[in-house]
Amino acid sequence: MSKFNLKVNGKNHEVDVDPTTPVLWVLRDHLNLIGTKFGCGVGSCGACTIHLNGRALKSCQLPVAAVGTQPITTIEGVVEEVGEMHPVQKAWLELDVAQCGYCQTGQIMAAVALLKTKPNPTEEEIESAMSGNICRCGTYVRIKAAIQQAAKSSTK
Amino acid sequence: MEKSTNNQSRRSFLKVTSLTGGGMMIGFSWLANLLPNEALATAANANDWVELTGFIKITPDNQVKIFNPNPEFGTNVMTSLPMMVNEELQADWSKVIVEMGDYDTPRFKSQFTGGSRGMAQGWKPLRTAGATARMMLMQAAANEWNVPVAELTVANGVVSHKASNRSANFGALATAASKLTAPTNVELKKNSAFSLIGTPQKNKVGKDIVAGHSLFTMDYKHEGMLIAMAIHPPAFGMTLKSFDATEALKMPGIKSVFDIQVYKDGYKRAGFDTRAFNKLVVVVGNSTWEVMNARKKVNVQWIPTETTKEIVAAWGGQREEIVPAGLESTDEHMKQMYAMQQKPAKLLRKDGDPETAFSKAAKVIERTYSAPFLSHNPMEPISCFAHITDEKAYFVAPIQIPEMMKQNIVSNLGIPGDKIEMKLTRMGGGFGRRAYGHYIVEAGLISQKIKAPVKLIYTREDDMTNGIYRPTYMVTYKAAIDATNNVTAIAIKGGGIPEGAVHENRFPAGAFENYIAEGWEIPSNITIGAFRAPGSNFIASAEQSFLDELAETIGKDPLDYRLELLRKAKANPVGKRNDYDADRYIAVLELVKEKSNWAARPKNAKRGVAAYFCHSSYAAHVVDVTMKDGQPVIDKVVSAIDCGVIVNPEGAVNMVEGAVVDGIGNALYGGMRIEKGVPMQKNLNQYRIIRHKEAPKKIEVHFVQNNFDPTGLGEPPFPPVFGALANALYKATGKRLYNQPYLNELNKS
Repeated sequence: MSKFNLKVNGKNHEVDVDPTTPVLWVLRDHLNLIGTKFGCGVGSCGACTIHLNGRALKSCQLPVAAVGTQPITTIEGVVEEVGEMHPVQKAWLELDVAQCGYCQTGQIMAAVALLKTKPNPTEEEIESAMSGNICRCGTYVRIKAAIQQAAKSSTK
Repeated sequence: MEKSTNNQSRRSFLKVTSLTGGGMMIGFSWLANLLPNEALATAANANDWVELTGFIKITPDNQVKIFNPNPEFGTNVMTSLPMMVNEELQADWSKVIVEMGDYDTPRFKSQFTGGSRGMAQGWKPLRTAGATARMMLMQAAANEWNVPVAELTVANGVVSHKASNRSANFGALATAASKLTAPTNVELKKNSAFSLIGTPQKNKVGKDIVAGHSLFTMDYKHEGMLIAMAIHPPAFGMTLKSFDATEALKMPGIKSVFDIQVYKDGYKRAGFDTRAFNKLVVVVGNSTWEVMNARKKVNVQWIPTETTKEIVAAWGGQREEIVPAGLESTDEHMKQMYAMQQKPAKLLRKDGDPETAFSKAAKVIERTYSAPFLSHNPMEPISCFAHITDEKAYFVAPIQIPEMMKQNIVSNLGIPGDKIEMKLTRMGGGFGRRAYGHYIVEAGLISQKIKAPVKLIYTREDDMTNGIYRPTYMVTYKAAIDATNNVTAIAIKGGGIPEGAVHENRFPAGAFENYIAEGWEIPSNITIGAFRAPGSNFIASAEQSFLDELAETIGKDPLDYRLELLRKAKANPVGKRNDYDADRYIAVLELVKEKSNWAARPKNAKRGVAAYFCHSSYAAHVVDVTMKDGQPVIDKVVSAIDCGVIVNPEGAVNMVEGAVVDGIGNALYGGMRIEKGVPMQKNLNQYRIIRHKEAPKKIEVHFVQNNFDPTGLGEPPFPPVFGALANALYKATGKRLYNQPYLNELNKS
């Protein structure tokens, strides 16, 4: 066991865990941030997507020891950053995207990161950037439309 | 207004309980399993008939809560079922709080998510509950103001008496209303008077979903909760011999390692009591990662199973199920299925004289179709929380069919039924997988053993290699064609491992004078279960591909040929057991024809059509596809659906879109291979699921507008996607596809 200081959603947390522990489980088991979901554990589904230094990343593949001082943002922090629902979350609600809803926080994290680097992504750019995130219910058409809507609303 | 006179509501009764501090709670339950009524008739399978229950709760401070009786796994029943209640209750929908009802045996009769039956089963009972509550609120106002009920109006949760200019909200009336006797013969609105049903409404749980709030069992936490994981055999046909946990127990955070037997010897399984492996090694510890690491250190010895017999006591009968010994493989399965196609099979239906028609045929076309095992892979892996104490057995569980868990929990945990408490969480997908609650018993056994609250977690690998797959299937369609290109007979023969998918009374039965359907089954130790539109999801693909090829063979337009057959079946149906309504079938085909501009399509259009009826709703799709670098690109899908009254168009369109995407994904990529009993796809990096860039570029959904009572959408739009895609791919590549997943066959030279 080792102690790590993590900056998560703007707050400092100290955790005492095995250095190999993926950030996914540090968030869920130790910091009670359960909006980051466990889907596959092998980096293939994107349910556990977080931002590390503002970039989307699959937290099941990130050992806590590799984080260092890099800031982590989770879905809980996306709300805090904006002070209310993020434009991407609003678009998700307006387009009634979710079915079961389990993958959607990961999808939203991937979408927020995409729009940071590409405020007006093309359809192909959306498809490419989002293809690491599986939605088993098949809400892809709505996800794409929601990202386009969020892009429009934030560039107005 | 129409009287609610169906048997279901006549025999229903309402219990009214005053809450401490005022307010009222209305619980309702039905004795519907006694009744051969119309709701029962719309059920996909009469044996599957279940009851629905629910709650309305109103507080003095005017909060209105509607409990959703059916567990939610993504079909949006948390919104659509309470909408039915509120259509009659007439509270302010924007302020109504919806909440998942807990599993509660003494109060409720039934809670069941599956078979696309929620809409049909809730339709009259839920509106009746809403109407009953509204009548009681109105009566309370009438009593207080000393005016006739008939002079009162209700809108947005407020009861008004215009003549005396008085009004009161539901909260102010609730306590008085709760002391009244519930009326037993309420009137329900005519469909034309609906103000909420038929309007697009957003998901009531949407905000919690996008904010990542705790909704799922996987997210559940409890004081002192431990984490458990199980180790199951690496192959079907293997079982536990022994284990050594010495090293695992030295690992940090590990509390205990032990084995459990899930079902007791001789346990008579209920309808949804499938489980793949009965003996598991369990590792319990403080945190998920610690348990994941420790379980790699458990040294387990496995031995082959013997052939066993299991008793299934379900659906009012009892049968033996043979579970053969041996390590099975997909290649061997294919050979076995081809062999069965050559042998005599069980006659399921015969009309006319197909033998003579085939012997006299000028031409016979015969095509054989197959499909692999499929894994459900709901996005949330399996989990269950259990805390078993002397006082009660408390579960937090994601389960589609909680009502059928009682026998299992009582028998295998030795807990009296009245001590079971179960919180039903939202499920991160199900698709049939979460109908099989073996994991609830497993979590209970673990909690009993360690005498602590525990959450059992399956990893993705645990779930994917745990069986309960969609069966693997094969079917042969054969048509006799005479010298003038008339189809004179159809023969269908098929089966599966361990069960088949031939539905002998479905279309095109009824459209041909000479018709025969036969089936067979091969026992297996690979466990299977309901998978989104069980059976239909395969047989529709074969049937709709064959009809397409048949139409081409006799020189007819594939869509018009289907219409021709349906009109024939309507005018002169052959046989009496045809289980479809030709008019409604025709309507979805006509609608998809119009909306896809089928008749005016270019001659070289890479376009396919298919239609199917199952689970009480009708669906047709037209798929446009192009090939790019050897990969199919789905340009557009146009869907036409008849599910009767559309309760929530927003959710309904979403369901159809999802079914289209899921259908394309499973058709192109889905498949679980077994080698020597070992599932070869173990995680989502090996089991291919459709992704964003592979999804259709556009999906257009159209509904037939009619006044039939609503039926479901979870399953019906799914099966015809496969055939429409196969037929489009034929147009795009010149290659007919017979074996799923289609991408494998497309890539074969």
